[in-house]
Amino acid sequence: MNFEEHNHVVVIYPHPDDESFGAAGTITKFRKAGVPVTYLCGTLGEMGRNMGSPFFANRETLPQIRKKELQDACKVLDMNLEMLGYRDKTIEFEPRDEMAERFKNYLENLGATLVITFYPGFAVHPDHNAMGAAAFEAVKMMDPDQRPTVWATAFSNDHVEKLGKPNVVIDLIDSFDQKLDAIKAHRSQAEGMLSQLLANSESDNEYEAALERFRFEGFYEVDIDQVNY
Amino acid sequence: MMEAIKLEIVQDYINQFANQPVYVHLETTNGAYASHFNANAYNVGAYIRNARLTYSQGKIVEHEGSYRVGLKHEIGWIYAEGLTDFEFNENNQLLIAGHDKEGRLMVALQISPEPFSY
Ligand SMILES: [Zn+2]
Repeated sequence: MNFEEHNHVVVIYPHPDDESFGAAGTITKFRKAGVPVTYLCGTLGEMGRNMGSPFFANRETLPQIRKKELQDACKVLDMNLEMLGYRDKTIEFEPRDEMAERFKNYLENLGATLVITFYPGFAVHPDHNAMGAAAFEAVKMMDPDQRPTVWATAFSNDHVEKLGKPNVVIDLIDSFDQKLDAIKAHRSQAEGMLSQLLANSESDNEYEAALERFRFEGFYEVDIDQVNY
Repeated sequence: MMEAIKLEIVQDYINQFANQPVYVHLETTNGAYASHFNANAYNVGAYIRNARLTYSQGKIVEHEGSYRVGLKHEIGWIYAEGLTDFEFNENNQLLIAGHDKEGRLMVALQISPEPFSY
């Protein structure tokens, strides 16, 4: 993989933490190659459920807590952040063409050569699917010779059966520190998950347990004129 | 911070909000990933953000360690069950919620004199 060949990578996901679980290692590799990366983050994850045990949040304080976590993660990953101000769980109800138009403007202004987003229909959460669909639509609206490459994240239980294996797989063995730090910046989301990973792992070391689970980031490079969604 | 419900205290707050226009947030969820992790599970969830109403009476009732709240308003009711924790915050909002052992929110009923933000 030649990371330097890109001019600007734009990550389009709906939630604070999607970037860290889905693409942190890949983002790190682009940044190490000197390529700017911008995250268009749809929401603040306002409807998240983890309030902590003991509590560190409630329904009303969670958005500001997750906003700070998101900013911290973007600092770890050294990428630009644009918060789009949609509301958690409502993305599929927004007019898709308006969202796509907005995304297209970002892609053109930033000179995006690569878009990383969710694969509509294979990304489990309705916000993921809707955000990915609007991102696909945005690329489709561009002149064919201006279009960025599209890498899509899929993780539904049927994704390998229906799509085959990801055709872009990034090994994070040499950039896993940043991936784990970015995940941990999302304390409200990661804490329980990481301790569970550790409990289920043969390793008694958090880094090793996380590496087992998150060593590879897979994407589907899609031909936007061919793909069904 | 949220803390375990104390019935008399919460009842007092509920009484304070009666007979004046208030904004209600009502929510229940079992998470966006319930059926992803368990094929037999089924995602359910609903929320109403900022229903504006005036209730004439409200009551909290204990049942085997968790609580139910009913608010009677001009043309109907607001109801929640499975409530475990509460907080009265600096914006004069009464937040009541039910959490599981891991601290995940399962149900919420919140009352505010001004609209909830976000
Ligand atoms: Zn997400």
